Amino acid sequence: MSDLASPRGPAGPRSVPPGGEAIDFVQLLTPDGARKRPAEYPLDVDADTLRGFYRDLVLLRRFDTEATALQRHGELGLWAPLLGQEAAQIGAGRALAPQDFAFPTFREHGLTWCRGVDPAQVLALFRGASLGGWDPAVHNLHLYSIVIGTQVLHAAGYAMGIQRDGHVGTGDPARDTAVLACFGDGATSQGDVNEAFVFASVFNLPVVFFCQNNQFAISEPNQRQSRIPLYRRASGFGFPGVRVDGNDVLAVYAVTRDALDRARRGEGPTFIEAYTYRMGAHTTSDDPSRYRPTGELEHWQQLDPIDRLVEYLLLTQTGDERYFAEIAAEADALGVRVREACRSIPNPLPESMFDHVHVEPHAQVDADRAWFRAYQSSFETAGGAA
Amino acid sequence: MSGPGDHQVADSIEPADVQTLTMARALNAGLRRAMESDPTVLVMGEDVGALGGVFRVTDGLAKDFGDERVIDTPLAESGIVGAAIGLAMRGYRPVCEIQFDGFIYPAFDQLVSQLAKMHYRTAGAVRVPVVVRVPYGGGIGAVEHHSESPEAYFAHTAGLRVVTCATPQDAHWMIQQAIASDDPVMFFEPKRRYWDKGSVDLRAASAPLDRARVVRSGERLTIAAYGPMVRTALDAATVAEHEGISIEVVDLRSLSPLDVPTLVASVERTRRLVVVHEAQTFLGMGAEIAARITEACFYQLEAPVLRVGGFHTPYPASRVEEDYLPDVDRVLEAADRVLAY
Repeated sequence: MSDLASPRGPAGPRSVPPGGEAIDFVQLLTPDGARKRPAEYPLDVDADTLRGFYRDLVLLRRFDTEATALQRHGELGLWAPLLGQEAAQIGAGRALAPQDFAFPTFREHGLTWCRGVDPAQVLALFRGASLGGWDPAVHNLHLYSIVIGTQVLHAAGYAMGIQRDGHVGTGDPARDTAVLACFGDGATSQGDVNEAFVFASVFNLPVVFFCQNNQFAISEPNQRQSRIPLYRRASGFGFPGVRVDGNDVLAVYAVTRDALDRARRGEGPTFIEAYTYRMGAHTTSDDPSRYRPTGELEHWQQLDPIDRLVEYLLLTQTGDERYFAEIAAEADALGVRVREACRSIPNPLPESMFDHVHVEPHAQVDADRAWFRAYQSSFETAGGAA
Repeated sequence: MSGPGDHQVADSIEPADVQTLTMARALNAGLRRAMESDPTVLVMGEDVGALGGVFRVTDGLAKDFGDERVIDTPLAESGIVGAAIGLAMRGYRPVCEIQFDGFIYPAFDQLVSQLAKMHYRTAGAVRVPVVVRVPYGGGIGAVEHHSESPEAYFAHTAGLRVVTCATPQDAHWMIQQAIASDDPVMFFEPKRRYWDKGSVDLRAASAPLDRARVVRSGERLTIAAYGPMVRTALDAATVAEHEGISIEVVDLRSLSPLDVPTLVASVERTRRLVVVHEAQTFLGMGAEIAARITEACFYQLEAPVLRVGGFHTPYPASRVEEDYLPDVDRVLEAADRVLAY
């Protein structure tokens, strides 16, 4: 792929048949399930790890499918499906060390999965029962961020804190800590993301910028965000950028692990562009048929992140039909659990809207709460009198 | 009475000590004490290191505390506030300097959508004790975007505390109280008063962070002012006294929350209120105060609450700022009108 494309409209590159251009990226597993071994990213994973990746991908996809269905059934106000991006998120999530801290987008269900956040806690936000859902410190995972790219600056600041704690470059694998900052191709146009690159670069911060290029910012193709491949942005900021096949869980795992190691050693930030595809809608309110080029989805379905791992597991006799059936049953059970958990998320009490506006008492919030309480109890009194 | 930010900031009492300091030096000494007493306190912003800030408020801090704690940041206001949020999540207490009022808008999202809401959306799990220092207001003959009064944007935002000091004494203590607060605090510093001198009692604060103060007692009317306009209000009260009019002046100090009880107590006695600020009167702090006082003191008021403030124009070129900014005569004109009812 030409790095410095001539100016062309958003339809330009998409006139090229999908797959017509070879994308230059790190790949360890081809869409046919063949193993590649690039020298820069050596990876030896045992059978359990491989099967673990498969289980993650399948269960995550089921969770996502169930959540989409729950929205269609009116149980969620909105859902942001990750269909197609499972390998990118699982590969990155599994590369994290326990002490690492990650800052997700609102589509990072694979990261919440890897960090042990209960699916019901993830759904609470989309159900309208919470603005967050979990305690970031418990999972070393910040809440989803809705305003695009804002969390990337928080990640840079958090990395400044790690640096000041002296948790970088000590050589102690249980102490050295890195930050994973997630964002999408659209976010690369945001000032906050670019400011985070500057902070990370000049302060040599232990942060890995993990960009899932899923080809679309809602309807806008990534050519509307950049004339050069996104990973090449990094060189202008003074740190390495690498593009990885985002549908290849092994490659994403290897590349992210390498970048996190580098960050923990005190060698500074890395930009990873995980080249993938959003097979579903931006959110359940979106209609991709209005902007998705004909044939593109079918093309990417040939590059499915789970299919290629199935091929590889079969090829290496790491998994067989019995194992796949086991995982399918586990996925079914997860589906049941997710549906039940979603429906049993309690509505918050109205008065709880006044909680946690501030840490310390604030006269205005207190006055509003007191008024609301009196107002509500006035109905109770009136009802009792009638 | 104890209140938010009213932490034990008077712990390390030095020998009885009252010093005469400019507001800039009083702030500097306050920052220094906060950094000495808590190693998690950081100062960050543009030119806050070797230069000591364009107003020298952070003078000498980099030399004494090092560049790990006094951080010259890239020239990016959103970056400063966004990074401060991340640092706070990691357990630090960053004090950000926004170089000038008019430069704060690039950080608006990080302030109102991120900093203000973090504790709320995490249901109390994450505290972000960030202080954002903002030199604000006009009267220094500056170029465009260096003389604005954007405080109402932030007072309008739930989740932020908004305070402003008017004297070196308050500057010294309020900055320490703001840093000690576990909430994010917008700390507005009246830049044209940076060089005003005043006595600073190094032993104790004048009041908790969220309280207004009656700074001059009077009988006929109350003037509520804050930041740079407190001195203007006091000057107006002095002139009025010569004319036989006794004016009470309340320094609001905290804009969010507003100390309504202190104002109400004053207006219940004087029965008249004029609110003075540099910011535009339209939808400014005076509008909120007028509504609140009208509601609370409807049967005590002898006149409508009047406002003196900036016009509904962008801050004009500095050669005409004298005509834009409220001054003693504009305040007295409003006093005359409120007394004429």
